[in-house]
Amino acid sequence: MPVDQGLAELSDTLLLVAVLCYAVAMIGYAADWAFGRPLSLRPIAGGATDTLPASWTQTTGRLGAAHPRRGAAVGAAAVALTVLGWVVHAASLTTRGLAVERVPWGNMYEFSSAVCLAAVTGYLCLLYRQPVRHLGAIVMLPVIVYLGIAGTLLYAPASPLVPALNSYWLKIHVAAAAIATGIFMIGFTTTVLYLVQDARERRGRGGVNEQSRMPSVSSGGRMPSAASLDAVAYSLTAFAFPVWTFAVIAGAVWAEAAWGRYWGWDPKETWAFITWVLYAGYLHARPLPRWHGRRAAGVAVVAFVALMFCYFGVNLWISGLHSYAGV
Amino acid sequence: MTRGERHAGAHPRPGSVTLAVGLRQSWRGLTSMRTALVLLFALALAAVPGSVLPQRPLNPFAVDRFLGEHSIAGPIYDRLGFFDTFAAPWFVGLYLLICVSLVGCLTPRIRLHARALAARPPRPPRSFARLPRTASVTTTLPPAEVAAAVRRRLRARRWRTETRVHDDGATSVSAEKGYARETGNLVFHLAILGVIAGVAVGALLGYEGRAIVVEGTGFTNTAVAYDELDPSRLGGAADLAPFSLVLDDFDADYTDGGQPTDFRADVRYAEGFDEPRRRTTLRVNHPLSVAGSRVYLLAHGYAPHIVVRDKDGRVVYDEVTPFLPQDGSFLSTGVIKVPDVSPGLPQIGVRAAFLPTVDLTRDGRLFSGFPDARAPAVSFEAFAGDLGLDAGLPQNVYELDTRGMVRTGGGFLLPGETSGPLAGGATMTFVGFREWANVQVARDPGQRIVLVSAVLALAGLMTSLRVRRRRIWARVIAGPGGTLVEVGGLPRRNVEAFASEFDRLVAELREHLPPAPREPAAPQPTADAVPVSDVRDSREAP
Repeated sequence: MPVDQGLAELSDTLLLVAVLCYAVAMIGYAADWAFGRPLSLRPIAGGATDTLPASWTQTTGRLGAAHPRRGAAVGAAAVALTVLGWVVHAASLTTRGLAVERVPWGNMYEFSSAVCLAAVTGYLCLLYRQPVRHLGAIVMLPVIVYLGIAGTLLYAPASPLVPALNSYWLKIHVAAAAIATGIFMIGFTTTVLYLVQDARERRGRGGVNEQSRMPSVSSGGRMPSAASLDAVAYSLTAFAFPVWTFAVIAGAVWAEAAWGRYWGWDPKETWAFITWVLYAGYLHARPLPRWHGRRAAGVAVVAFVALMFCYFGVNLWISGLHSYAGV
Repeated sequence: MTRGERHAGAHPRPGSVTLAVGLRQSWRGLTSMRTALVLLFALALAAVPGSVLPQRPLNPFAVDRFLGEHSIAGPIYDRLGFFDTFAAPWFVGLYLLICVSLVGCLTPRIRLHARALAARPPRPPRSFARLPRTASVTTTLPPAEVAAAVRRRLRARRWRTETRVHDDGATSVSAEKGYARETGNLVFHLAILGVIAGVAVGALLGYEGRAIVVEGTGFTNTAVAYDELDPSRLGGAADLAPFSLVLDDFDADYTDGGQPTDFRADVRYAEGFDEPRRRTTLRVNHPLSVAGSRVYLLAHGYAPHIVVRDKDGRVVYDEVTPFLPQDGSFLSTGVIKVPDVSPGLPQIGVRAAFLPTVDLTRDGRLFSGFPDARAPAVSFEAFAGDLGLDAGLPQNVYELDTRGMVRTGGGFLLPGETSGPLAGGATMTFVGFREWANVQVARDPGQRIVLVSAVLALAGLMTSLRVRRRRIWARVIAGPGGTLVEVGGLPRRNVEAFASEFDRLVAELREHLPPAPREPAAPQPTADAVPVSDVRDSREAP
């Protein structure tokens, strides 16, 4: 299979442009966050929720801080840049795929790019449904870091696949793994933000007054409430978990066809299992009264660390059957 | 989910601590959610040594190497079973405990859910004011017809309904939806048990083995033909399904950079002990199914054909010996052991490397420049003395124990070339080479159970995470301005999604019920119960 070098170079350039878009967008989100001031203390948009008792609103998942603000223009520009970055990023992945005439997630570099595209897609979908622009800066940060690592340490020139990867299960198994990882990533970001905001609220600087549910004057007023962050993190994880489960099952089916056993406790399989068990633990822990909140969030953070180890640690430090995935 | 929390307060009365109570307490403790969580985390932690330490079933040599390098930690890990983590008693015990905990947790939940499925949706609350979603509609139709219409609407949308007539003359329709959440949850957990059961069936009845087959030779599915065999635990080696195959040709394709793109093994095979006639091509990701077993192409390599002659020219060794590839260039190493040269002469051992595309480094050392055999060569080092075969200990055929031997020389041969005297006048000829394929033969009767269970688990999981339990009540009562319908809804979580569903239902009702000429006088909306429809209207009006 020939590699179209022109397209491959175009793909690399496009990725660089996408990272730049994301970086500028991140600065925009941060500016929006830091300098934007609430213009008025109007109640939360979406009227109906106002009539609900506090216990209901806490679990609705809507982030209640959508105020028209002075920084709105910067924020809107950041969103526009994110969308532009997303388009360029998608084009980068597409041209890479066209250059090598296969799906563009055949090695660690391409997979990382796909994971970040899934994360940004997830964030934009979320933004379409809920006013989560405040998450922008902190969602963009890991995406940029991850793409940076992908483009430097993990970079692999465009090349065809080794025979073991040459299967339609590559499309299914790896795509599912990339989507799940991307969504888990923004779930993790939101969880960390939740832990920060929860700590602030506990110290009485949370910015959300429980009685009036109005933002306070401090900068925390622009932060969504801890409860709503927790709800968003949960819904992201609850979305990604079945996708991850599917990725593991699809991987097992592929392993059966390629290696003659569906499960062999290869390091990659073991860490996929550990990740699965930990996220299952998070989903089980969250409804328990004594685990709800920070303890469950702690489990989610550990689960994400395991996921990252499953990806970076296993590929880079432990040799196993997945090592051909190519650094 | 919160069973354990419910049981947490159930302490035995003092003085009544009998064995039975103690047992019940520990059973409750084991089946509580909190214990299940701790067990889950313990399972995740327990799997870690299995990934960071070498494992005997995967790579016994790496375990030996580790034991050799870590004289203190090694034996401790070994005693703890860290080199075979997933068969270690504590790991097996842990997942068996999880199974018991699951069964203990699921049994009462299945009973409760069956009861809930049979039960009728509950009576409406006294006041709709506290419900998160409310609306009211007034119509000219008589109450009985209105109630029937409401019920029809709800049933059309697959709500479970129950109509009741109350003492105050009102008719109420109670509706509930989302039982699939708990059904999915139960299916998920039962399916996890199914996966574990399938794994157990496979472990007891399945087998797996690997063998190196050189081009032009055959393989018969018997225990002796394997290089490595993990026979079925219940049936033993007698369980091997009879079949045979012959490897006619092996081919590998590479890019110009030496990256492999395709492997093909042309084989003939037959079930039973017939002459293998049916032809097929084994490829990576495309196994062969035969006699209930599957044959996989795992790896490949080169096997040089070496002939050793003694000083009189008599052939003392003539074999095609598989060498093991060491890197991506397929530089392959192997050992030739010639125990019977001539009476009175020392035994000969040769350590050799096969170079598929021989090349020279700048400083004059040999290396292989490409994995395909474009310019094959063999470089070797010969030893004479005692091979140590007489000690009766099993030897690794890929290693040469030179403790009882002296190095007598070395060299480099192209195909057809013969070396100078190795020892006692014996010479070595590199005749040519063939390729070999490493095949894995496996049968796992538990596989189908695992797959079906896993798919069910996924379906159950998605159902239980998507579906929400929710209730809707409608109270229909005759009033002065026509028939008044009050509608209230109560979702469990996710008010957003429910709100739009509720609004759609109310809008539908409005469409189907002829409106009353006048607005109703009652009920007055209270401060914390603004009818939803009003809020919407006020928002939509600019």
